[in-house]
Amino acid sequence: MWTFLEYAAWAASAAFALHMIYDWYKTDTTYSEDVLTSSREGEIEAMTEQHKM
Amino acid sequence: MADFDITSPTMDGIASHGTKVGLARVLGPAHVWALGVGIVLVGEYMGWNFAVGKGGAYAALIACWFAGILYSCVAMIDSEVTSTVAAAGGQYTQAKHIVGPLMAFNVGLYLVFAYTMLEAGNAITLGYLISEAARMTAGVTDLDQRPFIILSIMFLAWLNFRGVLATLTFNLVITAFAFCAILVLFFASAPWSADSPLAHAELMSGQAALPYGWIGVLAAMHFGLWFYLGIEGTTQAAEEVRSPARSLPFGTLAGIMTLLIAATLTWYICVGFLPWEYLGDGVNGAVAPLFSAAQMTGSNFLIIVLGVGTLFATLASANGCINDASRAWFSMGRDHYLPQWFGAVHPKYRTPYRSIIFLVPIALIFALGAPLDQVITFSILSGLLGYTFMPINIILFRRKWPLDTIKRGYVHPFHPIPAIVLLALCSLTYFAVFLGYGTQLIAMVSFYIVVSLWFHFWRYRFVKRADQFTMPWPKPKGY
Repeated sequence: MWTFLEYAAWAASAAFALHMIYDWYKTDTTYSEDVLTSSREGEIEAMTEQHKM
Repeated sequence: MADFDITSPTMDGIASHGTKVGLARVLGPAHVWALGVGIVLVGEYMGWNFAVGKGGAYAALIACWFAGILYSCVAMIDSEVTSTVAAAGGQYTQAKHIVGPLMAFNVGLYLVFAYTMLEAGNAITLGYLISEAARMTAGVTDLDQRPFIILSIMFLAWLNFRGVLATLTFNLVITAFAFCAILVLFFASAPWSADSPLAHAELMSGQAALPYGWIGVLAAMHFGLWFYLGIEGTTQAAEEVRSPARSLPFGTLAGIMTLLIAATLTWYICVGFLPWEYLGDGVNGAVAPLFSAAQMTGSNFLIIVLGVGTLFATLASANGCINDASRAWFSMGRDHYLPQWFGAVHPKYRTPYRSIIFLVPIALIFALGAPLDQVITFSILSGLLGYTFMPINIILFRRKWPLDTIKRGYVHPFHPIPAIVLLALCSLTYFAVFLGYGTQLIAMVSFYIVVSLWFHFWRYRFVKRADQFTMPWPKPKGY
């Protein structure tokens, strides 16, 4: 059984890696770099919270 | 802001297809607790017992409580600062706003190395645990650990890639189980009963009390950190919690209280079941001391519960480390401290997907190619350098933005005493680390000096200086 589990672990690892790489490729070719890197620190906070006393 | 087109499937200006894609604000205080405690709790299951080997059971307890004071200071300081700096990157972002770019670059690297090395250490441990399970259940002695090490990293990276809510809800469940397993073992040992199997009086008297004297206590401080190392990771969730000012202090302080209880119970159970010579040998003796203590009870139920608890604690730690390392790397990319390419957010899953993927092969290289003790030492030293920055950070924060200038979600008491205590305990721990790992300490400090020079003389020219300070804060006092 443990030999089978070793092979299953190799296969599952490859499946997770391939899925991430496929999704990464699909995302990068679908969306523009401007959209993907448009996150800005504290942006939402500036709209919702007031820091001044 | 980039332009949008209502007819475009990818730039329609609606929801996650909008012109701005950021991390999702979906977490609550329980997720913050799960992130912090999840990273740390593996230290209760294994690793801390090297402190017993350095100085005996009492030395480990003194180290446990002194390290507890150190981390209580860390948690209080972090809770105050991060409740106002609600951005991914945690201490990196704090350093950027409060101290300056060079400090921020160094702190960012401390975080990424501390968490990636810890992730690698957890994966190595997980491979070992699976091989032990194979040996104990089927007598298999030649199991190849590599596929299980790789699978643990790949699965958790995939989970992190797919979304932070599922990732930290998973962490919440397995961390809660691992913590409850310690409580179950404690109550099953019935320390209040005359029939309790715990034998503190026999195991801790005479020469066993403090076998190496007070120098042993000092040496034990190095591994005392292991009870709490990583609780400061809660701050990396700052940009993904629904209410940063409330959730971050609540989750972090609840986390350190949980760990103080778990650490003390762990020490109490293990030193009552196992002789200090066996307990203190984490390589050939008690590799997983709580599991060894469960074996001493003879109860199959407790053996299974603590075995699963050990496995879950290891998984939770690796999971939290992937989350935190990727947020720190992402933040540095977003600020151009590293190539901006790393500052991308997945439009559907709202995660820093490129940073998550980039750190996978690095974790794999260390998990498959480096010895566990070196990986762990690299992680502890990076963490310690980060803690040394915190007292400086809070003193400057209070000086530049006094209490009446910025609204805080939490104000830590007795300032500047926690900062001074933290600095003093860090100095003590440096000395303790130097006793055992002086070469690694010097090598590591040299490494950070070299990369600081690289950043100062080369990389900083690419940083858009005005863009990196986007918090709606008033000007600091005196500027």
